[in-house]
Amino acid sequence: MTVRRLHPEQPADFALTPENLEWANAQIAKYPEGRQASAVIPILWRAQEQHDGWLPEPAIRCVADLLGMPYIRVLEVATFYTMFQLSPVGKKAHVQVCGTTPCMLRGSDGLIAVCKKKIAAHAHDLSQDGNFSWEEVECLGACSNAPMVQIWKDTYEDLTPEDFEKLLDDIAAGKDVVPGPANGRRFAAPLEGATTLGEIKDDTKGADPLPHVVNGAEAASRVFAGASINGGPGGAPMNGGVGSRPAKAVSSGKAEPVSKPAAKAASAKTPSKAAAKAAAETEEGQPELLKAPRGGKADDLKKIKGLGSKIEGMLNDLGVFHFDQIASWGDVEKNWIDGKLTFRGRIERENWVEQAKALAAGEETEFSKRVEAGDVPTSKG
Amino acid sequence: MLKDQDRIFTNVYGLHDWGLKGAMQRGQWDGTKAILEKGRDWIIEQMKASGLRGRGGAGFPTGLKWSFMPKEVGERPHYLVVNADESEPGTCKDREILRHDPHHLVEGCLIAGFAMRAHTAFIYVRGEFIRERERLQAAIDQAYEAKLIGKNNKNGWDFDIIVHHGAGAYICGEETALLESLEGKKGQPRLKPPFPANVGLYGCPSTVNNVESIAVAPTILRRGASWFSGLGKPNNTGTKLFAISGHVERPCVVEEEMGIPFRELVERHCGGIRGGWDNLKAIIPGGSSVPLLPASECDELDMDFDTLRGKQSGLGTAAVIVMDKSTDVIKAIARIAYFYKHESCGQCTPCREGTGWMWRVMERMARGEAQKSEIDTLFNVTKQVEGHTICALGDAAAWPIQGLIRHFRPEIEQRIDEFTRNAKPAEAPLAAAE
Repeated sequence: MTVRRLHPEQPADFALTPENLEWANAQIAKYPEGRQASAVIPILWRAQEQHDGWLPEPAIRCVADLLGMPYIRVLEVATFYTMFQLSPVGKKAHVQVCGTTPCMLRGSDGLIAVCKKKIAAHAHDLSQDGNFSWEEVECLGACSNAPMVQIWKDTYEDLTPEDFEKLLDDIAAGKDVVPGPANGRRFAAPLEGATTLGEIKDDTKGADPLPHVVNGAEAASRVFAGASINGGPGGAPMNGGVGSRPAKAVSSGKAEPVSKPAAKAASAKTPSKAAAKAAAETEEGQPELLKAPRGGKADDLKKIKGLGSKIEGMLNDLGVFHFDQIASWGDVEKNWIDGKLTFRGRIERENWVEQAKALAAGEETEFSKRVEAGDVPTSKG
Repeated sequence: MLKDQDRIFTNVYGLHDWGLKGAMQRGQWDGTKAILEKGRDWIIEQMKASGLRGRGGAGFPTGLKWSFMPKEVGERPHYLVVNADESEPGTCKDREILRHDPHHLVEGCLIAGFAMRAHTAFIYVRGEFIRERERLQAAIDQAYEAKLIGKNNKNGWDFDIIVHHGAGAYICGEETALLESLEGKKGQPRLKPPFPANVGLYGCPSTVNNVESIAVAPTILRRGASWFSGLGKPNNTGTKLFAISGHVERPCVVEEEMGIPFRELVERHCGGIRGGWDNLKAIIPGGSSVPLLPASECDELDMDFDTLRGKQSGLGTAAVIVMDKSTDVIKAIARIAYFYKHESCGQCTPCREGTGWMWRVMERMARGEAQKSEIDTLFNVTKQVEGHTICALGDAAAWPIQGLIRHFRPEIEQRIDEFTRNAKPAEAPLAAAE
């Protein structure tokens, strides 16, 4: 048992945002009549995400009022479950280092030493700039990928102290980081390749972990890092899930049908009609998407500055193949794509739409000339 | 070696699509309706005949467990609860099912739910598995959309699946603590009886099964009980996901036949022990709760329930933690003792006080700062904790320490001797003023 107490300094009040409140009500509706207390852990969790990754006392009361539970019962839950942080955590990242025996055998002590050096001497203390904090946790359930850490929703596995230092530096600098094994292996497969499952007949391809920026609990809560767990567009985006974006899981709370943008979108032959259908069936803000490139030939999207072959692949999987598609995006569509692929404002920052307009009109940009000339290694292939 | 065609989890490494399209290519959701049409009795008979033993650690026959549910639905609805609170140190098999092959579980829930007359399943995923939970939810959403589950679905049995999650408490992997947690309370285990099959979730008849137990059910029913029981050994049938961690060249998760020799398992899939076979010191064969085995027991060691029980250990969750000769085995077990101290729910005194006491003594033993007579005292205390608590966490905390003392007592004594030898003698008192 661990003794866990509330933080001495507490905010005056707390309220769930309208989005989160709606989400919370959908959670409550999942459980049988009169059993709304079941939703206490998910809702406390969402409250913690909203409050920069830690749970203040007013939030405990707020959730208790919402569920009609006595305050003491919710306090009991908040102090019993150790994932509820009762004191402030790093603004950008709270690092949970697994230190249990399987990770210890593979060198988690080295990761803890990095935390002490780079973040703070003691667990749960904030770093000097307030951006980081760390703690040693008990088994996180990725023992074959030891040693590993978890930051918000993602795990970073098979780490050496050097990898881990770089990870922290990249997060501090606002650079993209990639979850999953750091040594290049495929999830929990043996390092030098799988020894089994070579004969499975299935022509679909699995998804790889996607790079994304780590910037606080609240952002992790709203934005889904990739179209699927730790990975790219291997299937449908997540809509009804416990952890998905609040605006999506509204009405029933039961798993709602997932809309698959790429699959449902406009067919190549009748773009206008199909686009209208897609708009009716799919989410708000979804731009026009195609099943396949028109005429079987996609534009070289890599001619857009800031768009490499990896992102091109992701866009193709979503159903974006042509400059004119990108050129037609407004703010809503940019947001939608942003949310799907977590570019974090990259579309805006690098001015994709303007570039695409020029390219769609058959013009050239400075950058596209360089691509043509083969001067841009990241745009090859 | 097990052939790929006999493997159930054909996407553990995420090489293919986790979604419905990929799952169907790999043979899932094939003829589910026909399975349901054969009736509950047939399903439960087949599950019993397959010899499947629960994959959550205790190895209780799954078919038998399903048959404990009341034969008629009374005023109280029946519930299926799936235990995805995978937190036993060393264990990382359910994670791969949840994130790479979730449709096995979704289909299994429908079949198991039908067999026990439940229209609702709750899947309790541990709090830390956030991406896994999102992936599972997406798979469930796909199944709803394809009308494989839900109201008036194609398979003819109305069925809802609700994903729930915890927030970092190992004890919630104990079935009654899990039910408490699912009801919105702190996860403290309930006294049994009444058993969950009579009074479970919300006071209704419930069955709690491990993810892997449910996820293998559809394939067993499709391919027949005799196929499954033909693999492995009698009373230890079928295939099993093994998670190998620690000092092997290439740790991994792999599905193999039950009863595969330990040496074959690590040499075929993990590149062998780090530094060669002779560098092996000890293994923990089934997750941190089971007693360790020294290298001398590992030469001819079949990985199955009965063989390992015969060696005073256990298969548990088939999470093999390997330690080579560089390991400080006393420290390794002391860290496990800390784990149990941290995770004790505090309900029963022997566990609440005992886990902390055992950890503190283990820390001293790891430094050698102890008396040799304390080894026996420690052993006695583990026996006082074991069997005197509501749930098995007390036992789980006691067994690793018992295993250590059973097999590595000379090493503990040597550590104490070294410490004593190096200890500075107390300063001689100043000679009385002369």
